[in-house]
Amino acid sequence: MERISYRRIWTMFRARNCEFFRDTAAFGWNFAFPFLIIIGFGIIFSGENYQRFKVGVYPAEAQVFAFEGSGIPDTFFNSDAIRTVPVTDLETGKEKLRLHKLDLLIWLEKDQHTYWKNQQSQNSYLAEQVLKGSLTPEGVLRESHMISGAQVRYIDWFFPGLMAMNMMFSALWGVGYIIVRYRKNGALKRLKATPLTAFEFLFAQTLSRIFLLMFTFVIVWIGSDLIFNFQMEGSHLLFFFTFLLGGLSLCSIGLVLAARGISEEFASGALNFISWPMMFLSEVWFSLEGAPEWVQNLSWAFPLTHMLKAARKIMNEGVGLEGIAVEWGLMICSTVIFLTLAAYFFSWSE
Amino acid sequence: MNILEIIHLRKEYKNIVAVVDVSFSVTAGSCYGLLGPNGAGKTTTMEVIEGIQEATSGTILYQGKSRTPSFQQEIGIQFQHTSLLNFLSVEETLRTYQKLYHNESKIDWLIERCDLQPILGRRNNKLSGGQQQRLMLALALLNNPQLVFLDEPSTGLDPQSRRYLWEIIEDIKRDGKTVVMTTHSMEEAEHLCDRIAIMDKGEIIAEGSPVALIQSHCHENTITLPVKRIGNKLEGLELAITVNSDSATIKTSDVHETLELLIKEGIELHEMVVHSPNLEDVFLKLTGRKLRE
Repeated sequence: MERISYRRIWTMFRARNCEFFRDTAAFGWNFAFPFLIIIGFGIIFSGENYQRFKVGVYPAEAQVFAFEGSGIPDTFFNSDAIRTVPVTDLETGKEKLRLHKLDLLIWLEKDQHTYWKNQQSQNSYLAEQVLKGSLTPEGVLRESHMISGAQVRYIDWFFPGLMAMNMMFSALWGVGYIIVRYRKNGALKRLKATPLTAFEFLFAQTLSRIFLLMFTFVIVWIGSDLIFNFQMEGSHLLFFFTFLLGGLSLCSIGLVLAARGISEEFASGALNFISWPMMFLSEVWFSLEGAPEWVQNLSWAFPLTHMLKAARKIMNEGVGLEGIAVEWGLMICSTVIFLTLAAYFFSWSE
Repeated sequence: MNILEIIHLRKEYKNIVAVVDVSFSVTAGSCYGLLGPNGAGKTTTMEVIEGIQEATSGTILYQGKSRTPSFQQEIGIQFQHTSLLNFLSVEETLRTYQKLYHNESKIDWLIERCDLQPILGRRNNKLSGGQQQRLMLALALLNNPQLVFLDEPSTGLDPQSRRYLWEIIEDIKRDGKTVVMTTHSMEEAEHLCDRIAIMDKGEIIAEGSPVALIQSHCHENTITLPVKRIGNKLEGLELAITVNSDSATIKTSDVHETLELLIKEGIELHEMVVHSPNLEDVFLKLTGRKLRE
């Protein structure tokens, strides 16, 4: 059996990197995409709190309405949970409530308060509770206790998800799709005619992609941090290595998908079939807290879930290595399993 | 001495037998050609010998022994359909592939021999067909192999590029290297090959040197004359004559004797065409079909 040659691995590593860096369109997009998404979400979620209940207030002249003397305490209108929306026409207000554009509609009359709610809207019910709570006389509830905790900004929660998502697409397509294309156009066959072994080729491809992923990751991370000043509670190094392990795991999935295929269309379909559920069930965009148990169990099958859990624990909670050992262990295991499968099934030609 | 021996080689796919039972041997330093129409099994036979595909059964001996993993280090291959890494220049491609071998020969002579100097800085995807074939040939020679496989080396090239490629292949032969090539061009086979195996439907149907194959299978030359030159002067002669509307064709194994007879009968030989048999005729005779059908 031909001995492993590090020179051949290094040669293929360099050649693949050359391809990537010279493909200006792909190279640019790899940086531009995460930057644009982060900046976009940063702008969207850094200002107004969109989680507040929207309460329509009638009557109102343009943007002006008077709360005083309405019988509804100021504490309701000044609540952080409430955003008031002026309503100039009562029927229009009711229509907006019906269409869930408003959560509650209040008719301000002197010493009276009439309101409408939407029976099909949970937000409407909750806004009503806030209203009723504000009318509760002081002293009914014995005492309240305060717990303080710094707010985790959505951008700080979202950043690891976005980087992981970008890494997932880049790893799966950059490895899986490229190898299928190589096989289809005969580039793999030409390489097979040399002493290069399958292991050397796969190792070089993975190494190259990991290098490119981490290079992109660091550049985007530094660039985004300069703009948004992310709150990093834990170790930067642990954060980096979490993504490195996650990237390896995702690349190895790409290798499994590329082990045999010759159709770019099939490869594309298979990659989409894996990447989309992974993206939605790995808490990239939203937390699965409260989701059905089977959905949460299913999410455990994806390496992206563990990469993200570990990354968020480090970034948002300041957890150390012992706190993410399970996630790291699972990522290492999945990498070994997928790499073994890829090496076993790999074929140079059709 | 045989550098390569192929014994009862068979290659089957799921529902197709691509190579039925092929046996031949190649002498070191010679050029051996597999000639046949598309789909005859030439490329499959060659790829199995190269180790690109697995044989279903049969034996392949290289220098009298079974092939070892180091076989790939000692051979050079030019494929019919292949592709190179994108975004690399010709020089980078040569250097990249060169580093995959233990035996790193200097590439300057290859650049000169394959006339790659003017395109060294050009990217692979910007090369013309002829330039790409020359680069592929250079890649096949990078490790200074003793055995070179060329699969349809001149397919798709214009006549000038083809002639240039033939000169390079003749240079390779002069270096004492063994060449095994496939082609469906009888002209190419006659020009370059010392021995030829004619393949059809996965089998070798004839084998030998081009001259021997022609002599053993096609004895007759063809003399074609315009009808207006003949009139009825050929009547009564003991010749195999076919007369069409504007030309008459005479089949003969002795051109000299036939021409003497025609001159004696007072037939003008202006516009006469004498066609010697070639490998195309051999294939036609053996299969009833033309090579390009």
